Amino acid sequence: MDRQEILLKLTDLFREIFDDSSIVLTEATTAEDVYGWDSLNHVAIVVQTERRFGVKFQTSEIEELKNVGDFILLIEKKLKEKAA
Amino acid sequence: MAEPLVNDYSPVLSWLPPSADWNDRFRLLGETAEEDTWRALVGLANSRLDSLATMRLDRRRGKLFPAAPSTGLSAKPLRLAVLSSSTADHLLASLRVGALRRNMWADVHVGDYGQYRREIMDPSSGLHQFKPTAVLFAFDAPHLLGGLNADAPDLDAIADDIAQLWDQVRAAFGCSVIQQSILGTYPSQFGSNEHRLPNSKSHLVRKLNLLLRERADAGGVDMLDLDPWVARDGMRAWYDPMLWLKAKQEVHHIAAPLYGDLVARLLAAQLGRSFKCLVLDLDNTLWGGVIGDDGLEGIVLGQGSPRGEAHIAFQQYAQSLTRRGIILAVCSKNDMANALEPFEKHPEMVLKRDDIACFVANWQDKAGNLRSIAQQLNIGTDALVFADDNPAEREIVRQNLPEVAVPELPEDPGLYAACVAEGGYFEGLRLTDEDLERARQYQDNLKRETLKASATDIEGYLRSLEMQMRWRPFDKVGLARIVQLINKTNQFNLTTRRITDEAAGALIGDPRALTLQIRLVDRFGDNGIIAIVTGKLDDAGDLTIDTWLMSCRVLGRQAEEATLNLIVAEARRMGARRLIGDYIPTAKNGMVKEHYPRLGFAPLGDNAEGGTRWELPLDGAEAKPTFITLTQE
Repeated sequence: MDRQEILLKLTDLFREIFDDSSIVLTEATTAEDVYGWDSLNHVAIVVQTERRFGVKFQTSEIEELKNVGDFILLIEKKLKEKAA
Repeated sequence: MAEPLVNDYSPVLSWLPPSADWNDRFRLLGETAEEDTWRALVGLANSRLDSLATMRLDRRRGKLFPAAPSTGLSAKPLRLAVLSSSTADHLLASLRVGALRRNMWADVHVGDYGQYRREIMDPSSGLHQFKPTAVLFAFDAPHLLGGLNADAPDLDAIADDIAQLWDQVRAAFGCSVIQQSILGTYPSQFGSNEHRLPNSKSHLVRKLNLLLRERADAGGVDMLDLDPWVARDGMRAWYDPMLWLKAKQEVHHIAAPLYGDLVARLLAAQLGRSFKCLVLDLDNTLWGGVIGDDGLEGIVLGQGSPRGEAHIAFQQYAQSLTRRGIILAVCSKNDMANALEPFEKHPEMVLKRDDIACFVANWQDKAGNLRSIAQQLNIGTDALVFADDNPAEREIVRQNLPEVAVPELPEDPGLYAACVAEGGYFEGLRLTDEDLERARQYQDNLKRETLKASATDIEGYLRSLEMQMRWRPFDKVGLARIVQLINKTNQFNLTTRRITDEAAGALIGDPRALTLQIRLVDRFGDNGIIAIVTGKLDDAGDLTIDTWLMSCRVLGRQAEEATLNLIVAEARRMGARRLIGDYIPTAKNGMVKEHYPRLGFAPLGDNAEGGTRWELPLDGAEAKPTFITLTQE
């Protein structure tokens, strides 16, 4: 899965979580850009991302997720580890 | 090798059907009238939702119904407050959707975590403004017992303290209370014999849960017991240390839909909305094979084969439910003679004909048959759970009678009982004498019906029943049942006036008040309390009947006439000269519109409540002839 595919899948996921089909994500999107992406929902996003991509993040890795690009990088890394 | 994912364990809503067209139905939401939209939402909630779909559905519900839908569409709106020592915000969507699944609109309030004491004490808090109808207490173990190495706590003091919180919220809001069991999230320090280690925190959690149960039983509080579910799914599915460390979330996101459902079934039970009757299919549900094709010797049932034993186990489960007050019915596509044969002749059948309160076997559609079963049992179709192995039959019933619960029985009959049990349809709160008696009462009814069918005339039938009406005024012993009947009887109820414990208690011993609780006993058994009457005598000698309600199951047996005879006799004893009766129409009590004229009352015109008023002068009123003997208990 390349970064573009991950971005599209993440976009779908965000639209479902927030029931908002107008959400458009880019790698630069941060919590401030998405209505409802607060610290509480951040955990929900992490959990649902793990489920959608079939990966599991470490506690320390979650700390570093500041924008959508970080999510994509981490997902990409996890998927590679899984494939190996 | 990849490490196993926590998500491999999943606390799913196993009894609900996965829905292939869920996304399509979701997309169509809101394009219909309010009533259809609400129904569609309830329908979507009754699918095997995961945490993401639950969140989506909840957001959409919030947009479409920011306030409760108009009355008649759903149950009375609920206001649930969650008072938790850790973060509970991620559970709210599931709590609301759990309520939605049961046709209830819930508003949910959550306090800042750990602030529950202040919220309860401070009259200006959000909790006090919210005025909950139900409060859920959820405490995490470290909050109550401290860290692994904290000193040994005084468990009794902790339990007393929690019980005091229950009392405080009940005093402030008159709400119901649910106490979540404490999750044992501590790691084991000693092993299987953990209890031998003094101050083992994981053992203390178990002890504390026992203490909480005792106090809940004594205090009329209902427990939310998570332990059986944690055992089913595994602690790793319910509790993720990462989520605890990161967000102080004790219950895992993926377990949230199940958590919400467990709370919602308690809330529904508190409102008297648990299901009442399990309707069973026969072929491949109660036994393996098709009785009409395979014959008595060909069906698979009983010891010797795993499949035969699986059906036995399911029958045993169904029979166990009758012992706690659940009614059983049969709804099968079969010839009646074939359907009955195993009940009468198969040596391994656990369920007997007597266990089935209503037996329907024909070739008509099952939705229609379910309606008729509900009618015969005098309950709503929304009190039926329908267990059928055939996915097509299940789907037809879901389409035509969405209010009937249809568990998604797995293919393996060995899992039928677990599936019905996990659905929580029959969530119980406390067992009443009526519950214990119910199965027997329906069996007695069956015998009465048989007698009726064999009797050549109705008089002969009534005489042969040897009916006795046993009555007494209200008393403390009967009060709980009296209040329950007054507040739940809808059909044979002249005024549908509801009452509180206090108001009913105040009538006891009042010389101006007529109060009657009436049982009907016949040769087949005790029908329990079948009528409640209250009235008030004024200075002019008029005795006005405030409440007259009867159980529909004794209709057609002259119980109305016998009750009137009793009222007349008691009114005369009190010195009354005239009876006054009101009929106040509701959506459900049309059957008693002509009650008073039928009994010989004369019209007095309309009353202030949109109904009619009737009188019966006691001077010269003659007793109605009946085959019922009156006895004071």
